[in-house]
Amino acid sequence: MDLALFYFLLLGFAILMYVLLDGFDLGIGILYPWFNSDEEHDHLMRSVAHVWDGNETWLVFGGVILFGAFPAAYALLLSTLYLPIMLMLIGLIFRGVAFEYRFKSTTSKKWWSRAFSLGSTLAAFCQGLMLGALVQGVPADSISQSSLVLLTPFTLLTGLAVVAGYALLACAYLVMKSRGAIQHKAAQRGRALVWVVMLAMAIVSLWTALSSDQIWARWFGGWHALALLPLPLLALMAARLLYRDLGRVRKSHHQARDVAEKHEDRPFWLAVSLFVLAFMGLLVSLFPALLPGQLSYIQAVAPDASLWFMLPGVLIFVPLILSYTIWGYRIFAGKVEDYEQGY
Amino acid sequence: MDFDSVQLSAILSRIQFAFTVSFHIIFPSITIGLATLIALWEGLWLKTGNPLYLQLAKFWIKPFAITFGMGVVSGIVLSYEFGTNFSKFSELTGAVLGPLMAYEVLTAFFLEAGFLGVMLFGWQRVSAKLHFFASCTVAVGTWISAFWIIAANSWMHTPAGYVMVDGKFEVASWLEVIFNPSMPYRLSHMLLATFLTATFVVMATSAWYLRRQQHQAFARKSLSLTLWLALVLAPLQAVVGDFHGLNVKEHQPIKLAAMEGIWAEREANVPLLLFAIPDPKNETNHFEVKIPGLASLILTHDWHGELPGLKSVPKADRPNVPLVFFSFRIMVGLGVLMIFIAVAGLWLRWRGTLYQSRWFLTVCSFMAPSGVIAVLAGWYVVEVGRQPWLVQGLVRTMDVVSPLPPERVLLSLSLFVITYSLLFGVYLYFFRKLIKKGPPSLEELQQLQIGVKASGYAVSFTKALAADSPVTQSNTSQEGKI
Repeated sequence: MDLALFYFLLLGFAILMYVLLDGFDLGIGILYPWFNSDEEHDHLMRSVAHVWDGNETWLVFGGVILFGAFPAAYALLLSTLYLPIMLMLIGLIFRGVAFEYRFKSTTSKKWWSRAFSLGSTLAAFCQGLMLGALVQGVPADSISQSSLVLLTPFTLLTGLAVVAGYALLACAYLVMKSRGAIQHKAAQRGRALVWVVMLAMAIVSLWTALSSDQIWARWFGGWHALALLPLPLLALMAARLLYRDLGRVRKSHHQARDVAEKHEDRPFWLAVSLFVLAFMGLLVSLFPALLPGQLSYIQAVAPDASLWFMLPGVLIFVPLILSYTIWGYRIFAGKVEDYEQGY
Repeated sequence: MDFDSVQLSAILSRIQFAFTVSFHIIFPSITIGLATLIALWEGLWLKTGNPLYLQLAKFWIKPFAITFGMGVVSGIVLSYEFGTNFSKFSELTGAVLGPLMAYEVLTAFFLEAGFLGVMLFGWQRVSAKLHFFASCTVAVGTWISAFWIIAANSWMHTPAGYVMVDGKFEVASWLEVIFNPSMPYRLSHMLLATFLTATFVVMATSAWYLRRQQHQAFARKSLSLTLWLALVLAPLQAVVGDFHGLNVKEHQPIKLAAMEGIWAEREANVPLLLFAIPDPKNETNHFEVKIPGLASLILTHDWHGELPGLKSVPKADRPNVPLVFFSFRIMVGLGVLMIFIAVAGLWLRWRGTLYQSRWFLTVCSFMAPSGVIAVLAGWYVVEVGRQPWLVQGLVRTMDVVSPLPPERVLLSLSLFVITYSLLFGVYLYFFRKLIKKGPPSLEELQQLQIGVKASGYAVSFTKALAADSPVTQSNTSQEGKI
């Protein structure tokens, strides 16, 4: 395998990890308004307070891999997507500091709750909008045009789809990490969100395929079609199972029974697989472009000296990072306990 | 875009970067040193069993956490700003700087973030030793992070180990890139600066408690410790700073000329200017207060030594002289004050009146922001002093800014100014609130110690309680806050 492709895939891996990990903790912020009491909000916040920082590091990692391995793409993409990036960063700032200040505040608590939920939603929406802009392609001279060119029906749709998707991940996460009323509500909302997300995914997929002959040919032309068929089928299956599991959790609550453990944990992994499948579909459509129609990863790749230099770092540290990240998650495994002391 | 709007957009991008990076550096300057101190206290507690050390660690971990959080969110902005606002620069230097930053993320950011969760929230989930390990890992992570980012920054001052291919930088030797000529000096200067910053924050807080006669045992312990630290670190910093200055003389003589206010093309017998008002228009200084020959002596080790001045290059190649000149004096002035305080502390200790001397405690408590101000001033010397270059002698800042419409940059800049001003106020408010609240009492810590020592025991006990009765759960949930 050539190095450029390796880094392209690594970039994909970094983005996917970011979407999955920060996805569920941004999703917690998106779900915030659906929960009412202070205690519930405390619980939601506590369920991700120990991991949000590590999750967000994947965003920085994606950024620097793009910078180091594809500098031309880093320069073009970021300056082209200037405004959504800046708004995303502002959103991330507000929701990030809310973790620190909300638990220490008395009078300003409700403002930090707002900062957390609005910031999370804004960041997620901007990410979806940028995704849409990438899939759709942006005009070559868009940097000097109004930022409104980025705001199309399609990008609005992808923006909302990502918000819904993160919320779904968060529902599944809460089913795993909580008990009682919170778990019940998460299962209920999650079921509705499965519909929303699947609908959005279907529209985005069709729209993408119809928008370009090349992408159409890739999905529906010749033998690829057969090889790619498992992607949508598996996605449908994951969605179906997810819907059913969440239904069982809900039903147990209605009948005041204990929820079976496997039905508590499985929804999260099903939601994750739904995201992985969607991401693979995206990769199929876009490969080998970094900015469709303008720049492929081969055109943007850094000189060999830079790629080789980073290689040992990636090969040694990525597995190491994954292992201590898993260790960290295991330490806080199980339900979130409201009586546990912070720092 | 016409020429004027290109210029305007470039200026706005530069202001935005200067503003966001200045805001960011405040927080790492505190956390690098503070993480190290917290790990040190935790280690001392494990070794001696003296609960005062645990009290110190537990108390400072809260200000540390809010400072770290501010550093994280303001740092993410920077990793994207190279691309958004300096796209041409990113494209030119990405092959050199990108991999260094990739290593920073791989070896430091993940490490800090991964173990921070355990450090902050793991007190009852892991054993005391494992917790200490997590704290140490966070501290080491902050040093590693400083290593890579200083390597990248230093390369922009003293570029080495590169070749130009098609007008872009490519790397010929990574060792030369990383350990470029100014890197060892800048790294040691910066690390010492962060240790000093944290030392003086802690010192000021302890002095403030002692003046108000609060938390006496706690405050005495930390005042004593930080004064010893300052006694070693502050003079050492002066020595390292001097070496750094010699390095600047060799590689960036114009920056040095701006620092010292030397205008003549070459000047022998250069005085040390204690004060002056540099006048770039007439290329001279006003109101000089000077010690003849001392700058020559410090920089060339000869009273009559010659130094190149600002007029040896065209006006377009000179930095903003007054800004560099005054920033340098602020930094050095604060450094001298730090040495003075450390020595005065030693003298008072010897006299046995350290904890009673009201004037000394008052001065100490005003030193809380001294480290941060010195760090900011120092970075203005370094960064403004390199202008008009972004990569010394090779890339001009004005040439590599993204061709963005000025109003777009103005919008983001305004958003940052509003957001950061608000957050800075909030940060100070909560920092003050935590300091006013004081350290956790020894009784509280004792309870905690039971939890720590019998790792997981307390948690499972309470868990069992909670499972039995939902009432217990809602009652105890109040305690978890903070």
